[in-house]
Amino acid sequence: MAATTPSAIDSVSSAAKPTLLSIRAVAKTFGRNVVLRNISLEIAEGEFLTILGESGSGKTTLLRIIAGFESATSGEVWMGAERLDRKPPYRRRVNTVFQHYALFPHLSVEENVGYGLRVAKRPAAEIAERVAQALEKVRMTAYAKSKPSKISGGQQQRVALARALVNRPQMLLLDEPLSALDANLRRQMQVELKSLQREVGIAFVFVTHDQEEAMVMSDRIALLRSGELEQVATPRDIYSFPATAYAAQFIGHTNLLKGEIRAGMAECNGLRWKTSLPDGPALFSLRPEHIRTGDSGASSSIRVRGRVVHQAFHGATELIRVDCGGLVLTVRTANRIEPDKEIALEFTATDAVPVRESPERT
Amino acid sequence: MFSRAYRMVITVPPVAWVAVFLLIPYLLMFCYSFWSVSSTQSIVHSWNFDNYRKLLEKPVYWETLLRSMWIAARVMLFSLFLGYPLAYFMSFYAGRRKDLLYQLVIIPLWVSYLVRAYAWKTILGSDGVLNTSMQYLHLTRHPLEFLLYSPFAVVLTLTHIYTPFAFLPIYAALEHIPRNLVEASHDLGATPAQTFWHVIFPLSIPGVVAGATFAFVLSLGDFLAPLLLGGPSGIMISNIVVSLFGAAYNWPLGAAISLGMLLLVLCLLFLSEKLEKKWSFA
Repeated sequence: MAATTPSAIDSVSSAAKPTLLSIRAVAKTFGRNVVLRNISLEIAEGEFLTILGESGSGKTTLLRIIAGFESATSGEVWMGAERLDRKPPYRRRVNTVFQHYALFPHLSVEENVGYGLRVAKRPAAEIAERVAQALEKVRMTAYAKSKPSKISGGQQQRVALARALVNRPQMLLLDEPLSALDANLRRQMQVELKSLQREVGIAFVFVTHDQEEAMVMSDRIALLRSGELEQVATPRDIYSFPATAYAAQFIGHTNLLKGEIRAGMAECNGLRWKTSLPDGPALFSLRPEHIRTGDSGASSSIRVRGRVVHQAFHGATELIRVDCGGLVLTVRTANRIEPDKEIALEFTATDAVPVRESPERT
Repeated sequence: MFSRAYRMVITVPPVAWVAVFLLIPYLLMFCYSFWSVSSTQSIVHSWNFDNYRKLLEKPVYWETLLRSMWIAARVMLFSLFLGYPLAYFMSFYAGRRKDLLYQLVIIPLWVSYLVRAYAWKTILGSDGVLNTSMQYLHLTRHPLEFLLYSPFAVVLTLTHIYTPFAFLPIYAALEHIPRNLVEASHDLGATPAQTFWHVIFPLSIPGVVAGATFAFVLSLGDFLAPLLLGGPSGIMISNIVVSLFGAAYNWPLGAAISLGMLLLVLCLLFLSEKLEKKWSFA
């Protein structure tokens, strides 16, 4: 397991491309209210980074500090060799797609898209050409002359994207841009947004509270909890090797097993397995899909029996809750399980990933 | 949904009110404007256009109307120039002092119009506050006579009185501009000045139009300020109407002028409504 620790993987993936934006020890307080604490984060060129967190975690504040709408109480933001946090928003080479798009209601779609170029006093011919290209890229050419109030939410979304991208920013900030769309359109836009990001190749910093969205779209996820970074890793790593109990629970489903390690043996809720971890109290995350139903007879398996108390059908798989005498395990299975039946479960010791506790923060 | 009786009870009083206190008086005015006054000072109910002809032929009437419009136009401009920056500052930069400042703007509206007009009289008079202090400071030797009993005094007083009326709709329009539009503009590289001219000002136009209409229409019909502070050169059209209905006892001519004014104001309101619609994007 030592070869695949999360930190090793993190350093490999972030070293692949040069750093574009560097957030150094940023903190933000509103009066007595601490919103962000000691945030340090590097964003690579061309990276799709998602800032994931519940409402009130400080994710939007962090984005607004990068954009320049809020100033950090302490800490610095650098873009290459340029210190960003002392500059007003209109001098930063980042553009934002706002949560409710913030299209100018008195300007047509093409005037909205051309706004940045117009205030930068680009020649009219260049503006017309770049606006036309940008509108084509988001398939909104037919609506160039429309006012924003005359087009749908999804279309407004695409106009907001074009308006930001036409300025060729070094980085695009997106503040929950999909949250106002309904589920189907939202999934479609996730795919579109991701492929658009690959195509234009600029870094996207995407804020969302939706872990599924974060998993689908991101190169890396920065998980924020109560103003502190809980974990920064690729979706695969954060899922497979959650650093903390919170990360394990927030991203996907998990079972938390609490117990102790003594002399190379982990003991949690009556289950025992061999481990190389040092002695002391321990917490493990065990994903529902790593628990198998039935008994394979393999010698390395940890076995437990329990009664099915709840079932939730998810299509290809089913999530069942099994009461194993005080310990209730969530299990993902593709097999058909009879309700109320007593069944055998087993898992492999290495699938129980050690995580840190996530203490309450105020 | 509601019973017939209930609907009667809630619709009849307002309709009756409008009929008795608005429609019938206007109708009477309309009739009067086509009648005339005999040499024995009695109203002659013979229909003719003489009053309207007089309005167009006698310079005193249309000149006074033009002067009134010119005074109203100046009041409108000054109210906008005072009201807009104040509204802009309060809406975007006043922060927590917003409510206090708002009250400070509103409070003068609670003070009687007459008191405010008289206040200017004591300030602008030849032995008023302004003249005596200027003489005391040796800025002038004699009191400045143009300060009081002049169009200047009327414009100043009306500007003071109607600036809050121009301010309020502008402030309301500015308050309704979503702040993320301002952020979006900055985000796209627009400086604060560019943001003002490209985003904030265009979106506040309905408020400006409403404020301008208030200031213009209210000043145009004003008769107290010219009466108290206007002097002979500051007479406005309403003063003529008042005297025609009073001492001059020529109700028919007064009614004709009033109806002319009403028509003018209705045209203005229609125009301002069009403009406001054109510039709102709700």
